[in-house]
Amino acid sequence: MSELLQFLFSGVTVGAVYALVALGFTIIYNASDVVNFAQGEFVMLGGMLTFAGSAAGLPLLLAAVIAILATAAMGVLMNKLAIEPARGAPVVSLIIITIGASIFIRGGTQLIFGKQIHTYPSISGDTPIRIMGATILPQSLWVILGAVLVFIGLWLFFTRTLLGRAVLATSNNRLAAQLVGINTNFVMTLSFALSAGIGALAGVLISPITMTSYDVGLALALKGFAAAMLGGMGNPKGALVGGLLLGLMEALTAGYLSSQYKDAAAFIIILAVLFFLPQGLFGRKSTERV
Amino acid sequence: MKLSSKHVTLLVLLALVAISPMLFPSGYYYRVGALIFVNAFAVTGIVILTGYAGQISLGHAGFAGIGAYACALAPVHLGLHPALAAVLGALISAVLAWLVGRPILRLKGYYLGVATLGFGILVSMVLNNERQLTGGPDGMEVPDLGLRGVLKDWGLDLSNGQFWYFFSGICLLIGAWLALNLYHSPTGRALRALHGSEIAARVVGVDVAREKLKAFVISAVYASVSGSLLALQNKFITPDVAGFMHSIEMVTMAVLGGVGSVLGAVFGTAVLTLLPQVLTAFGEYEQLILGLVMMLVMIFLPAGLLPSILRKLRGAEA
Repeated sequence: MSELLQFLFSGVTVGAVYALVALGFTIIYNASDVVNFAQGEFVMLGGMLTFAGSAAGLPLLLAAVIAILATAAMGVLMNKLAIEPARGAPVVSLIIITIGASIFIRGGTQLIFGKQIHTYPSISGDTPIRIMGATILPQSLWVILGAVLVFIGLWLFFTRTLLGRAVLATSNNRLAAQLVGINTNFVMTLSFALSAGIGALAGVLISPITMTSYDVGLALALKGFAAAMLGGMGNPKGALVGGLLLGLMEALTAGYLSSQYKDAAAFIIILAVLFFLPQGLFGRKSTERV
Repeated sequence: MKLSSKHVTLLVLLALVAISPMLFPSGYYYRVGALIFVNAFAVTGIVILTGYAGQISLGHAGFAGIGAYACALAPVHLGLHPALAAVLGALISAVLAWLVGRPILRLKGYYLGVATLGFGILVSMVLNNERQLTGGPDGMEVPDLGLRGVLKDWGLDLSNGQFWYFFSGICLLIGAWLALNLYHSPTGRALRALHGSEIAARVVGVDVAREKLKAFVISAVYASVSGSLLALQNKFITPDVAGFMHSIEMVTMAVLGGVGSVLGAVFGTAVLTLLPQVLTAFGEYEQLILGLVMMLVMIFLPAGLLPSILRKLRGAEA
């Protein structure tokens, strides 16, 4: 029992990070139909910049805020310089552009910060909390709290604010949104900033547990992508559920079957889900126009 | 007589294979050339899958991995000749592509992307984890093909680099010839029709699922043979051959050059294979520049390098 609980704790922690990455994918996909494979680099930047800031003598909280803002600015730059000019390009070209951006960001980070692995202190210490025979790090609770708050914040933003509804309108039909006076370019910029910021927040929160280096982004991007597809691309609820499910599946496979094949279980289940639900768990059914 | 585009492509490739060595300053360039041909072979498969049929795969390196490890494992465990091992690898890849392709080819766009990605990751994970069989991440040795020795007995003495240059070049020519024939065949026409619109293709009587599956299986065989050639040429293989980055490389090479045509894809392959060789001179900036090139080409030349260059040239003539 305590063993299962332990696996669930670690699964939910990792799953919360995947969910944050998947939410980032979802926001950009909704605004622009682009799957941004550089999403994992935003997570990496969040952790690396926080480390750099605190190493330069800034208080940790200030360093984290600066890291999130700087990463959001990076997202805006990426949208303006790489995505907007390629508007309307086929899916394969967009995949290559965002992967190019991801290689570029990774290369730049390696150049500036080197190849070392970094970490920084947790928010509220490293004394594990004991619950029914299992333990959980306080930082894990912060990660989970972060994911929940971001999800609630996004939900309020998309359902209760005019700007959020403008984003939804743009994702539904770009042209129609323009016709009713929505500045769709601004919506795109906002989405990239939001998505990069959320990615950076995930990086800020998880780095004290997993540590960070210039090359952690790609694996996270793939997992976040898989989680978003599992839930159904474009659906924030799907991203949250998909991320948590993926994290739990990994933790349970690693615990009970084989830690080497923990990624395999996740992808096998994704293949199975897509087999029965080609649009993911919560995806909309789409139709093709001739 | 006016040459068809198929013959032009084959002639250009033949000239490329035959004439380039005259410009090589050293034997090292034979190796680079051979690598380009081997990569281009796999990329030709991507042209069939993505260029003709419009389907995305982010996991084709998985098939390259199967082809490569077939050449490493079958001679040791089954006593097969390396050449037969490559055939066995291609067969396994074809069967696997058929099995995997049937369910996942119903998916579209990014969903197909993640499904193929999952397949590629599974293959590379098996290669990495089954240490007792594959040697794990350290890789394993691959036996010699033995053809070079036979040629030597016949009085044709080639260096290792030269042999693999010409052998891969001939393989690429055959692969390109087959791909071009496919383009003009009923299957090729069906693939191009369903690329335009699946529903419209179905309306005119194309069995969309079957044709897509055909393209997937054929491109898997191309990737597998390319993996075999790579393994036999290097006489050593690591699981990287099946890795995600290799899948991405294949797609990028095809799209960068111009995924609609075999020649464009070969051109893209040459550029992307040569680029890292050139970029080593830039040391630490290598990754930065590689990412930049990928973005710039796709943004400013969305049709790919070769079609854009050709259009420029034609524009200048007119």
